[in-house]
Amino acid sequence: MIPEIGNFALMVATAVALTLGTLPIIGAQRGNLRWMALARPAARMMFLLVVIAASCLVASFLNNDFSVVYVATNSTRALPVQYKLAAFWGGHEGSMLLWLLILSFWMFTVSVFSTHLPREMIARILGVMGLIALGFLLFILLTSNPFDRLMPAVADGNDLNPLLQDPGMVAHPPMLYMGYVGFSVAFAFAIAALLGGNLDATWARWSRPWTTVAWMFLTIGICLGSAWAYYTLGWGGWWFWDPVENASFMPWLAGTALMHSLAVTEKRSGFKVWTVLLAIFAFSLSLLGTFLVRSGVLTSVHAFASDPRRGVFILLFLGVVIGGSLALFAWRAPKVGLGERFEIVSRESMLLTNNVLFLGAAACVLLGTLYPLMLDALGMGKISVGPPYFDVVFVPLMAPALFLMGIGPLARWRKANVPEIAARLKWAIAVSVICAVAVPLIEGKWSIMVALGVLLAAWIVSSSMVNLWSRVRPGEGGQIGAKLASLPRGYLGMLAAHVGVAVFIVGVTLVKGYEVEKDVRMDVGDTVAIGPYTAKFVGTSEGSGPNYLYLRGEFQILRGEKLVRTMYPEKHQFSSKSEPMTDAAIAPGITGDLYVSMGESVGKTAWVVRVYYKPFVDWIWGGCMIMAFGGLLALSDRRYRLAQRQSSAGIAAGAASRA
Amino acid sequence: MKPRHKRLIMVVAALATAGVAVTLVLNAFRSNLVFFFTPSQIAADEAPRNRAFRIGGLVETGSVHRDGTKVQFMVTDTAKSVPVAYVGILPDLFREGKGVVAQGRLEADGVFHASEVLAKHDENYMPPEAAEALKRARSGQPDSTKTLVIAQPDGGATQGSKQ
Repeated sequence: MIPEIGNFALMVATAVALTLGTLPIIGAQRGNLRWMALARPAARMMFLLVVIAASCLVASFLNNDFSVVYVATNSTRALPVQYKLAAFWGGHEGSMLLWLLILSFWMFTVSVFSTHLPREMIARILGVMGLIALGFLLFILLTSNPFDRLMPAVADGNDLNPLLQDPGMVAHPPMLYMGYVGFSVAFAFAIAALLGGNLDATWARWSRPWTTVAWMFLTIGICLGSAWAYYTLGWGGWWFWDPVENASFMPWLAGTALMHSLAVTEKRSGFKVWTVLLAIFAFSLSLLGTFLVRSGVLTSVHAFASDPRRGVFILLFLGVVIGGSLALFAWRAPKVGLGERFEIVSRESMLLTNNVLFLGAAACVLLGTLYPLMLDALGMGKISVGPPYFDVVFVPLMAPALFLMGIGPLARWRKANVPEIAARLKWAIAVSVICAVAVPLIEGKWSIMVALGVLLAAWIVSSSMVNLWSRVRPGEGGQIGAKLASLPRGYLGMLAAHVGVAVFIVGVTLVKGYEVEKDVRMDVGDTVAIGPYTAKFVGTSEGSGPNYLYLRGEFQILRGEKLVRTMYPEKHQFSSKSEPMTDAAIAPGITGDLYVSMGESVGKTAWVVRVYYKPFVDWIWGGCMIMAFGGLLALSDRRYRLAQRQSSAGIAAGAASRA
Repeated sequence: MKPRHKRLIMVVAALATAGVAVTLVLNAFRSNLVFFFTPSQIAADEAPRNRAFRIGGLVETGSVHRDGTKVQFMVTDTAKSVPVAYVGILPDLFREGKGVVAQGRLEADGVFHASEVLAKHDENYMPPEAAEALKRARSGQPDSTKTLVIAQPDGGATQGSKQ
């Protein structure tokens, strides 16, 4: 019964989405107030219906209703409750429902927080989001229904993939989707602006927080995914340039470009057309990412052929959304108008360079991700693109962007003066060079990549500090404390995010430069030296977890003669699956992680053991979290609340004068 | 210098930079493409000797020999087999009789020295390259009765790698 309610809710939601996607948009074009007024209630109705559907799926999982195919394939009776909830998005059908749930959540939020927007605008924005929701609803109902029944029901389910039974994996997909789908708001704003032919600084001010919030969630989502790969996959890597990762990274790159472009649109009314195009790119890449991961093409392009309905629907939907929005862009963009002029050396030009570099990076990732799929689909052979390609391409693209990160925030709008900037940054230059020389010397091994990484990280931090100091320097206008408190949160958020990038670079650079990896055969009593420590294999023991059996190794970590800690890497045997899983033991630390994982048993008591020393690896995720925190700080800027009120008055007046 | 000249120089410089960047990217791209060969192709001497590539197939039952961290095994597409050597820890899903994909170089001794052994984390899942190798071998010998089901995994992919 419960699954049928869910199914029914989705069907009703389809009707509501159809209404929302048509009437308000038509109403906005024709000036029909009644049709426009439908947007808000319809969006809220959608949210309610999708929440009902999602609750039905949750209930089916909690009730162990194995007459539902999706529950039977992704859960078992023995599965702990939190993983029964996470199993919601453990497979394709549920992930699509989660996408829809989050989309309708964003629609609901827009309908609540947009009371000050002109009604044409809000009708168009919610209408566009309604159309996207319609696409997803049809996709779910026609090809990927999580409520499909299994006749006859099975006694027990197939279990959730053991890799997904992990706290990091519980949070990773929702965070990622909050980001992906969040860009649909920026996209809807852009389409609304194109439809209305009206794009100005107030438009940018409204759409900026939505972009920032989506970017923030996407950053957290990618960060969680990377951390999960590090500690769950058992191999100590944090980024593999796997197509699944690339799929989430491309919208992030486009979204980062969009955030910076929006800053110009808001402050200088510049880059208007460009901003709209970036919003379209960011959301298109989000859609592409979702489908790349979820359609099964990555596993095999022939999975497409085995269920042609899904594949054809996906291609059609992508074609309609991307093609349609680009066509609308080509037709309407000239109406939006260009921004103000600026000189070759100015903050605008630097932000433009940033945008070009980020988009270039996204294009390179896209090439490396899609090219093997294309060849395979065309029957031209199987190839793969190795991680060295991405490494080789990324360093030269990102290095100038990182260098500009130091200068850009100090440069004046419209026309900047190079000698003046250089004079202000002389201390930052000195500090960066000293760090770049000193850090590799202290670590004991010099390499050009480490020096470059440290140079750029120090450059970003020191130039950000110079920037901050110039704003809070005591003198006229008050003391440091008072000045600091009066700084706009948006500015502080920008500085925090930039420092986060620097922290991230330190992590990446030092891990790549100084990690120690050893695969060794160890018998009981054997020791191995690793970084500043020695690891001693004490022995193994066995036991059982909630739904698995484990074999646990014991390793004593010594520093000199002193016992620092004991580590317990495990092998898990999930009762319902026959393959064992590696569960690494990690001793995290600010200056480095110690990582021990058990390979396979060789001989009676001997094991092949993988021991890693990963200096500063946690800075990678720490940096990401600081970036996300910067986004949060910027979101809390009071000008968004204040400006909303002021500008809505202005727009209302403008609308009245036009009418 | 007139503003018009200045602009012209900027445009030319931008185009030149973009040109160089695209060339570098495509060059890096081409030199990092990893091609795929089946054991039968390797037996027919179609695989390159001087660059890395991937092979796929099944781990031949009874062929795995361990010596400390060194591992030797045979990869077969049911028609032909190739000896593979690897140093390090194999992925969790590495099993005799199961699908495997390895990346590395074919050395003069005829042994494929793998730098990376990949596996996908789903037990009923066959890596696409492995499935492809078996399919090609099977189409060469139509009387084979073995069938393969390529299941669609819901989990993420992973690889055991040794850099």
